[in-house]
Amino acid sequence: MDVLINLVLFAMMVATALAILRMRRLFAVVMLAGVFSLLSALLFVTLDAVDVAFTEAAVGAGISTVLMLGTMALTSREEKMPRKFSPLPLLVVCITGAVLIYGTLDMPSFGSAQSPAQTHVAAQYLERTPKDTGVPNVVTAILASYRGYDTFGETVVVFTAAVGVLILIGGFARRRDPEEGDAD
Amino acid sequence: MTLEFVLGHLNYWLFIILMMTGFYIVVSRGNYVKKIVGLNIFQVSVFMFYISIGKVQGGTAPIFPVDLNINPDVLYSNPLPHVLILTAIVVGVATTALGLALVVRIREEYGSIEEEDILEIEQRIQAEENSEHGSAMGGRA
Amino acid sequence: MRHHLILRVITKLIAPPIILFALYVQFHGDYSPGGGFQAGVIFAAALILFGIVFGLRKVKRVLPPWLVIRLAAFGVLLYGGTGVVSLFVGKSFLDYSALASYPKDGQHYGIIAVELGVGIAVATVMVAIYYAFASRTPRINDEDW
Repeated sequence: MDVLINLVLFAMMVATALAILRMRRLFAVVMLAGVFSLLSALLFVTLDAVDVAFTEAAVGAGISTVLMLGTMALTSREEKMPRKFSPLPLLVVCITGAVLIYGTLDMPSFGSAQSPAQTHVAAQYLERTPKDTGVPNVVTAILASYRGYDTFGETVVVFTAAVGVLILIGGFARRRDPEEGDAD
Repeated sequence: MTLEFVLGHLNYWLFIILMMTGFYIVVSRGNYVKKIVGLNIFQVSVFMFYISIGKVQGGTAPIFPVDLNINPDVLYSNPLPHVLILTAIVVGVATTALGLALVVRIREEYGSIEEEDILEIEQRIQAEENSEHGSAMGGRA
Repeated sequence: MRHHLILRVITKLIAPPIILFALYVQFHGDYSPGGGFQAGVIFAAALILFGIVFGLRKVKRVLPPWLVIRLAAFGVLLYGGTGVVSLFVGKSFLDYSALASYPKDGQHYGIIAVELGVGIAVATVMVAIYYAFASRTPRINDEDW
């Protein structure tokens, strides 16, 4: 059953990705990107990652779609006619894909409880979280407590990205928008 | 290659196919907004690959009952990849915004967001600069 | 979007519950799926929705740009500050065990403080990015969509 659900979601995601490849109207491309994110959120639920699905649905289908629409409104609505088909990108992509697939052959099979990822520290975290922190959501406990350092770094990265955006197009260069309130 | 092996690795291969579709969009299309969409597809495929490593067959989401009465028979999936990817998604949207801001600035400077147009303009500017520079230096260009 | 009556009514109805849900996700994040990152994004989504439908000027009256930037920095500092406090009460950086008399309680307080910092930082960063893009947007005619 799981395999079937995964396959159906995959088929839909591949179809979306191919449609993004073919479409030339950027509005459709951006909307399909939102659809892709929502489908991947569904897949995250079937993979037990509810927190991740939550984030992906809010970020991918919400914020990033809005940002891309904003960019589109500032730039152009249509992609130019694609240049002539050249086999080089396809060749590069096929070779990279083949190498990656060759790399997966040694991996433990999907969902195996004996794989190294499961037997190393994961069990420890699951065992110690209730004793150490008393927080039922293990993901939150690891995020904020055990790996607080990492999360601090990520927060700083998010902040830095905002500073970068503000420097590039933000309010520091105020000359271009005399009546900024009217953009509705 | 048995059926079991194929079923056990099918997920990984499908992720790689999706990843390569995103990669192909990035390298083959000239429109910068589309390139960023392709990059997003690539990124989400990597996330799915990571999360699938943490999945345990028959497991459930790593959230205990509120009273912390943990039934030892219940199998939980690995929470570590979830934590890594959770933060990566938010960082991903922040960096995507940075890329889009760059696209907006490129459009304002060049009047286009197509790679070919921009290369053409760059070459023209280069040629002009060369000829100016060349005549000043004695007409090499 | 002055004449899109349905969008305006629906937005008015739906924006407050979204903000309430964001707060629930923020403060219930240690018992159910959720946490600072998700709550921040959902909170920002509510404000962005409001901004798209009712105009940038109105949403800027609710959350002025100067406040957004300062709150983003405050969120990051709240995270770091929690770490520094735990440093001063005798544990390592970001080890919350010493924040209360029982280590478990301390961990809980620390997680709530840190998640709040993340939530504030992420929400305001997303809103700041939205302001940056929307302030540049030329007027879009409804016929174009």
